[in-house]
Amino acid sequence: MNTKTDLIEYLLRLGDSALIQGQRLCQWCGHAPALEEELALMNVGLDLVGQARNWLEYAAELLDDGRNADHLAFRRDERAYRNLLLVEQPNGDYAVTLLKQFLYDAWHLPVLSGLAQSSDERIAGIAAKAVKEVTYHLRRSGEWVERLGDGTEESHKRMLAAIPEVWRFTVELTSADDSEQRLHTAGITPDAAQVAAAWQAKVSEIFTSATLPLPPAASYFYLDARRGLHSEHLGILLAEMQFLPRAYPDATW
Amino acid sequence: MYAQLVETGVKRIKALSEMSEQERAFQEKIDAEIKIEAKNWMPDAYRQTLIRQISQHAHSEIVGMLPEGNWVTRAPSLKRKLQLMAKIQDEAGHGLYLYSAMETLGADRDEEIAKLHNGKAKYSSIFNYPTLNWADMGAVGWLVDGAAIVNQVVLQRTSYGPYSRAMVRICKEESFHQRQGYEILLTLMREGNQAQKDMVQDAINRLWWPSLMMFGPSDEHSPNSAQSMAWKIKRQSNDELRQRFIDQTIPQLELLGCTCPDPHLKWNAERGHYDFGEIQWSEFYEVLKGNGPCNQERVATRRKAIEDGAWVREAAVAHARKKQNKNVA
Repeated sequence: MNTKTDLIEYLLRLGDSALIQGQRLCQWCGHAPALEEELALMNVGLDLVGQARNWLEYAAELLDDGRNADHLAFRRDERAYRNLLLVEQPNGDYAVTLLKQFLYDAWHLPVLSGLAQSSDERIAGIAAKAVKEVTYHLRRSGEWVERLGDGTEESHKRMLAAIPEVWRFTVELTSADDSEQRLHTAGITPDAAQVAAAWQAKVSEIFTSATLPLPPAASYFYLDARRGLHSEHLGILLAEMQFLPRAYPDATW
Repeated sequence: MYAQLVETGVKRIKALSEMSEQERAFQEKIDAEIKIEAKNWMPDAYRQTLIRQISQHAHSEIVGMLPEGNWVTRAPSLKRKLQLMAKIQDEAGHGLYLYSAMETLGADRDEEIAKLHNGKAKYSSIFNYPTLNWADMGAVGWLVDGAAIVNQVVLQRTSYGPYSRAMVRICKEESFHQRQGYEILLTLMREGNQAQKDMVQDAINRLWWPSLMMFGPSDEHSPNSAQSMAWKIKRQSNDELRQRFIDQTIPQLELLGCTCPDPHLKWNAERGHYDFGEIQWSEFYEVLKGNGPCNQERVATRRKAIEDGAWVREAAVAHARKKQNKNVA
């Protein structure tokens, strides 16, 4: 393994997660509980798809095999996708959607803050811009987890039901594989242990104020998006997202 | 256009001499092009007409998110997906401006939205047509937003200040969407394969007439227009605006290399305008009555979103109250 291979892999992980989370937000269009939420969901989704494009463009340049960011987004199968399992989970009700968003944002922000200090200038630049956006995402999703957790009896009940639906996928947020370790040693990416600590602190803080019980740490079992082992939800999501470029492979849009 | 048929409730326009002192002062202000503001006296019928018109306009922005939302998960490139998301976000924002403008007249947005959901309030007929291929995203931007702009540019001079100011902001964003929509079609026509070009012509064939209907009934069948014009809520007639739209759009259609699905369309040098065929008014009135291709789905989707989200809004209110109580204590 050389650094370039590790880096490409890492950029795909970042880009794919942002893209799939953005795609899930697109599915809310027209169905949100309030007009202000329509606006917010599309706003957050727009930021994330924009970030995905930046990461995938860089990955495509490093790959240098004729593919561009669109190829990477619209022509890779699910076994080649590297997004977090968490973000590919279905939207569920608004409690599931916001809990997923919060757990992702609480991980995303320390990752990006670390990447903004990367020895790779291109990464540092993209991350510095994304930090501003994700700071807002985290503030918003954290506030919603509090609102729903500590709102009505009904909303509290729904948040309690949402936790077991997504919690087991958080194992990916608090661990690093060898490839990520090597990138950290090379000064390119943040320390996974520090990211995990920041994530745990934020989640604990918000769960407490939301009057929600903090489950024990999730543990690894079989699925591993870093190796392209996804849940059954991703294939269907990609079928919808990729259909036009797949149907007309030579087309310009 | 978003207010294709707005009842004024007025049967006959009064002459200045028939008006009360208050009414006359109001009409003279209108005639002098002085904007009416929220705290000014206004005839009740003027207030009600504006509430109907602005709420229809706001509802149109919100229902108008759905035909495009239908393709946002299937946009064929990252750039197009980003553009569509930004556009839909703008539309939600336009809805918010307009509901705010409407509320300056004393109306309540939740009540007006409830009227939309129980079929009592209208929205633009155009959003009852389905989006069936990707080129529809270009055609909606170009034709539908194009027709909206022709209407809204005039509404920037509408007599009610808050509405006219909302229009100024909205027009800036709409023009951007329209150019983007046209660029989608240009790309498909210039760089696309035959299947993509066919999509464009198909989209135009389906959306051309519904876009012309966005300007409302012909002048001879617009009984409410005269009063709206006297109050300067409307500034130009439906037929004038429709003609302007056609005149400016046909050269753009030619530049695309597409055809117009109107066999009677022809340049009339004498008039300096395009002549065009008869609109299918029976279709227009059926769509307005709720019998268009997507009326049921559109309203059902909006109703379901608000009903399913009730617990979320209730939680937000309950949480805000708890926080407030904590701060007081």
